[in-house]
Amino acid sequence: MPITITLPNVLCRLANGQQTLEASGTTLGDAVADVSGRYPSLKPRLVDDAGNPYPFVTYYLNDEDIRFSGGFAAAISDGDEVTIVPAVAGG
Amino acid sequence: MTEVRDNVKSHSYNLPDLGSSEILRYSRHLILPEVGLDGQKKLKAARVLVVGAGGLGSPLALYLAAAGVGTLGLVDFDVVDLTNLQRQVLHGTKDVGRSKLQSAIDRLRDVNPHVAVEPFEVRLTSDNALEIVEAFDVVVDGTDNFATRYLVNDACVLTDRPNVYGSIFRFEGQASVFATPDGPCYRCLFREPPPPGLVPSCAEGGVLGVLPGLIGTIQATEAIKLVLGIGEPLIGRLLLVDALRMQIRTVRLRRDPECPACGTREIRALIDYEEFCGLRRAAADELTAPVVRVITPLELAAKRARGDDFDLIDVREPHEYEIARLEGARLIPLASLGATVPTLNRDREIIVHCKTGARSAAAVRELQAAGFRNVWNLAGGIAGWSEEVDPAVPRY
Repeated sequence: MPITITLPNVLCRLANGQQTLEASGTTLGDAVADVSGRYPSLKPRLVDDAGNPYPFVTYYLNDEDIRFSGGFAAAISDGDEVTIVPAVAGG
Repeated sequence: MTEVRDNVKSHSYNLPDLGSSEILRYSRHLILPEVGLDGQKKLKAARVLVVGAGGLGSPLALYLAAAGVGTLGLVDFDVVDLTNLQRQVLHGTKDVGRSKLQSAIDRLRDVNPHVAVEPFEVRLTSDNALEIVEAFDVVVDGTDNFATRYLVNDACVLTDRPNVYGSIFRFEGQASVFATPDGPCYRCLFREPPPPGLVPSCAEGGVLGVLPGLIGTIQATEAIKLVLGIGEPLIGRLLLVDALRMQIRTVRLRRDPECPACGTREIRALIDYEEFCGLRRAAADELTAPVVRVITPLELAAKRARGDDFDLIDVREPHEYEIARLEGARLIPLASLGATVPTLNRDREIIVHCKTGARSAAAVRELQAAGFRNVWNLAGGIAGWSEEVDPAVPRY
């Protein structure tokens, strides 16, 4: 069973309207690369040119901020849930 | 939490009495054991600052006033616009054109005359933020841009005031409580803002009118809990609301030991937040970029009246084209302009427009880079056309 990645609404249109994507790999970076490969227009919104996360987009692996658990090198296992939260400023 | 309570208590060690009309007014609070007479007196003694009297600020100010927060500071320098009323329930149709603060004061006086409103009709800046923030117990962030959000955060960290955060875009919102003694701050969540232009504002991207109602009432709830010292505040948790799927979840936030505000504490004074958010660089880039020639709506009207021969291109989205359009314009959304370039005649005069002129300026630059020489940007976009030439074209 792969892991699931939940996108914010604003990025769904870059993934054919899907909000939840399945992905596989052994690290979170693998899973993000897997999704980026399948949806090339989504890639620049998920990672910078060097393939790293942006400082204004936070990734949560099972509701924990990945910056405190190894970043993209964090190991993932079947059934894990990743949530992507971008900075928004509207008020 | 204890220090948050102490913050409030420092102003309220001698809690004010409630008059008989206040006791009746707050009766549903008074019979809650978690609030009670002491809690209601704490609310009366509390000073809460709401930054922004717009989408989030509306439910915030209304509910905080109704709850009996004794002193409500309001920061805003804007004027009520018709486009605000779809979500800014603090203001009414009769207030269009008035200052938001004057409109808010009138409305809040009606909601609860026992509340003192302290208006700050200024833009919150690095020069005035510490003085304003320091005069309050709790700060609630209802601003609408990254620069002011980092400013509010840093001012709260520097003055030890809790920052009740809320932010919205389209159908999604976020809320948390930052800058408490042990909890994370906004910079722990997002170390840096996105570059200017990457994330559209609500004016460009839209927002569901009820969404600031959802998030603003969550912020009001948290502010009241902080004042009362009850329950579990959203400290170290980020609440995510997706109104489209109606899913609400929380993720865990941690204080970042390397956070320059609350971690290493290298930020000892307020900085230049426009610089930090890249706004000055963006403005400088704008000055050095190739010149985008503009045509005013009146000049375009004159060209049409003369029967001049030119192509008019609309680079907005199809759903915007449905709302309002200029006769004879060809719709080519900005994202698909590159693919359409081969179908355009570069020998003809081309005038490009969007809603207000920003996207069409980018389109003109793209066409110039592709070798087009006779390309013009309609100043003010279709909104300018509506204002200066034809009011029958709807403004949106």
